[in-house]
Amino acid sequence: MKRPYPTYDVLARWESPSFNDATRETLTERLERVPERRFFTEDEWSRLEAVVARLIPQPDRARPIPITPWIDQKLVEERGEGYRFDDLPPQAQAWRRGLAGIEAEAQKRLSKSFVDLGADDQDLILRCVELGEIDGDAWGDMSAQRFFSELLVRTVATLYYAHPVAWNEIGFGGPAGPRGYVRLGVGERDPWEAPQESVQ
Amino acid sequence: MREHADDELVDFVIVGSGAGGATLAAKLSEAGFSVVVFDAGPFWRPLEEFASDELEQHKLYWTDERIVAGADPIVMGANNSGRGVGGSTVHFAMISLRLRPDIFRSRSKLGYGVDWPVSWDEIEPYYTEAERALKVSGPVSYPWPSKHGPYPYRPHEINGSGQLLGRAAEKLGIKWCATPLATVSAPRGKSPPCVYRGFCVVGCSTNAKQSALIVWIPRALKAGAEVRDMAMVTRVEIGQDGLCTGVTYRREGRERFQRARNVVVAGYSVETPRLLLNSACPQFPDGLANSTGLVGKYLTIHSSPGIWATFEDEVRMWKGPPNMAVSEHWNYSDGGKDFFGGYSFMSQGPLPITWAQTVAGTGGMWGARLRDEMVKYNHMAGLGPVGETESQLTNGVELADEVDRYGLRIPKITFSYSDNDKALQRHAIAYLSGMLEVAGGRDVWTNVDTSHLMGTCRMGFDAETSVVDKDGRSWDIPNLWVCDGSLFPTSGGVNPSLTIQALACRIGDRIATLSKRGELSGRRREAVS
Repeated sequence: MKRPYPTYDVLARWESPSFNDATRETLTERLERVPERRFFTEDEWSRLEAVVARLIPQPDRARPIPITPWIDQKLVEERGEGYRFDDLPPQAQAWRRGLAGIEAEAQKRLSKSFVDLGADDQDLILRCVELGEIDGDAWGDMSAQRFFSELLVRTVATLYYAHPVAWNEIGFGGPAGPRGYVRLGVGERDPWEAPQESVQ
Repeated sequence: MREHADDELVDFVIVGSGAGGATLAAKLSEAGFSVVVFDAGPFWRPLEEFASDELEQHKLYWTDERIVAGADPIVMGANNSGRGVGGSTVHFAMISLRLRPDIFRSRSKLGYGVDWPVSWDEIEPYYTEAERALKVSGPVSYPWPSKHGPYPYRPHEINGSGQLLGRAAEKLGIKWCATPLATVSAPRGKSPPCVYRGFCVVGCSTNAKQSALIVWIPRALKAGAEVRDMAMVTRVEIGQDGLCTGVTYRREGRERFQRARNVVVAGYSVETPRLLLNSACPQFPDGLANSTGLVGKYLTIHSSPGIWATFEDEVRMWKGPPNMAVSEHWNYSDGGKDFFGGYSFMSQGPLPITWAQTVAGTGGMWGARLRDEMVKYNHMAGLGPVGETESQLTNGVELADEVDRYGLRIPKITFSYSDNDKALQRHAIAYLSGMLEVAGGRDVWTNVDTSHLMGTCRMGFDAETSVVDKDGRSWDIPNLWVCDGSLFPTSGGVNPSLTIQALACRIGDRIATLSKRGELSGRRREAVS
C-alpha cells in the first residue's frame, strides 16, 4: 500500500504547544494501558482478533494497532453509542451472537473454524455476512448485514483511526491545542504539519 | 453560584441547559426570576478537561440507549445529541444562520408544510439579539435576505475545503460567502480568537467557541441562576389542581424533588417528549401536554448526505472549523426543482474517525481497500447540504417497553424519508457533485447522513393542532413550557441552533411580559386560538 508520509510522527510534538495535558493523558492511556480480556471468552477473543485482522490488515507492522482489547473494554464497561437499530439486540448480545454467527458460517460453508481458515476464505465468509447470505439459525432475528456494517466495521475503523500511528499513516495533524493552525488554504501547510506527500 | 434548597419554591425549573435551556435561563434570571437549570451531564471546564481527541471527547455525547427504527433510522449519539452543561452547543459546528423568512409562512407563501405561529417580524429582532450575544463572526454583507447589515465580528479566513466551494460557486455564477460562525475572530472577554484547531465538533479546548456553556450559562449565573449538573430529571410532577409542582430528579444516587412554580422542558427533540410521556399521571394518563396526542410527533431532521472528491492539491480539510463556506442558493431559488423545500450547503472537513466511519460506511470498504482509501485523506474535500425534510405525523418519538438504569422507559425514534425528501437529496447530490468537478475534483462519491433534530412538541396557532403556543407554553398545563428545537413546526433548510436561541430569547421576553400582566399563574386555558 501507499505510504505517503514515511517520516512523519505526530507524537514527536508531544512536548509542543500542539498538545495539552488532557490530550497527553488521553494518549498515554491509549498507548500504554491496553486493556486485558474481561468481556469475551478466549474463543470469542481469538475469533474477533482474526476478524479484525481481515477488516484492517496490518502486515506491515510488527506490533499492530490494538483493536480487540478496546472493544472488550467498551462492552465490559457497557458504554453504548446512544442508539440501537431495532433489528439488533443490545450491544453485548449483538457482539456475542455476531461472532457466533461468523463461526457458524465458517463451519457450514468450509467445515472449519474461522480462525483456522486462510485469509481468502476468511474474507469469503465475511463477505457472506456483509451481504446477509447467512444461515438464519445462528443469527436468530438479528440482521447480519446491520451487525457487519454498523457495529463490526464501524467500530473497528473507529478504533484503528483513533491511534496516533494511523494518524501518521494518513498525514493527519493530530492534536492541535492550544496551538492550532495558521496556514489554512489549499496547498498551504504549517511547519509542524506532516510534510508534503512524497512523490512515488 | 446561588443555590436553592429542594423545598424552596423557585420561579422556574429548566430541564436541559443547551441552546434552548441555557438561553432561557439567562433571560429569565436577568428578568429577576429565580431559576434552577438542570442537566444530566457534567459542568465541563474545557481548558482543563477537553483533549484534542475524537474518541475521548465522545464524553460530550448522549449515549444512553435509544432504539432507532423506520425505513431510514437515524444514527443518534453524536452530532445530534449532547450531555453536559451547554448541551450539544458544546460540540456544534457553530454555524449560525437564520431561517429563510418565508419559512415562517411556509404554507401561505411557499405552498408546503405549515405556517409557524411566530412571524418573521416577531422573530427577527431576536435573531439580532442572539447574534450579538454570540458575537457571530460573518461577512459585512450577507448575500441572502435573512440578514441585513454586518455581523458583530469580522468573517474568518476560509480553509481549503471552503476555498474549493468558493472556486466552484464563482465559476457557476452562484452566490456564496464565509459561513457566519459562533467562534470569535477577535478576542472577546475570556475567549481568545479561534486558532483553527479543527476539533470544534468534539469540543473547543480554548473557549473561542461561543457555546451556551461559554455565553449564556455565565450570564445566567451572574444574574443569580443555579446550574445543577449531573442531575437527571425523571418526572415532571403534577398537583391535584392539574398544574406542575416541580420535578423529580436523580443526583448522586438519590431521588430528590425540586419545587417550582413553572417547569420548562428543554431536553431537545427526543428527551423533551420522552420526559413528557414518562410523566404520565392520573390526570394526564397519556403524558403531559398531550391531549392532542401530538407529543413526540412530527419529528424532522436535516438530510445531510456527504459529497466527496479527490483533488490533485493537498486540501487538509480538517484544519479550521469544518464548514467555513456556505451557499444558500438552493434555499432561495425555487425554480427548476421537482420538490418542495430547500437546502443550504457548506464545505466539509471531518476529523479522521468521522472520516473513517464515512468511508467504511459506503459498503464493501474494508480490508486493504479501506486503508488505501484513507491514505487519500489530505487530498479529499467535500460538500454537504442541510436538506429540509417534511414534517410527517408518522415520524417521531415514543416510549419503548425497555427501561434504562433509572427505570425509565427508553425512547424509540422512528424515521422514514418521504418521496419529497428523497427528491431533494437527489437534487443536492447531483448539483454538489457537479460543483466538486467544477472545482477540480475527481472520483466523486457520496454517503448517507443526517444532522439535527426538530419538532416533536410543535408550537402552533391552536390547541387542536399543536402541543404548545407561540410562547412555548403548554395548551393543557399553563405552568409547563417547552423551549428547544422540538418547538419547530417545520425544519427549514439551515442549521437550527441560532433559531432555537432566538426563540428562547423571545420566550424569555414573553414570560417577563406575561408576568407583569399577572398572566403567568393561570388556570387551564380554553382550547381556542
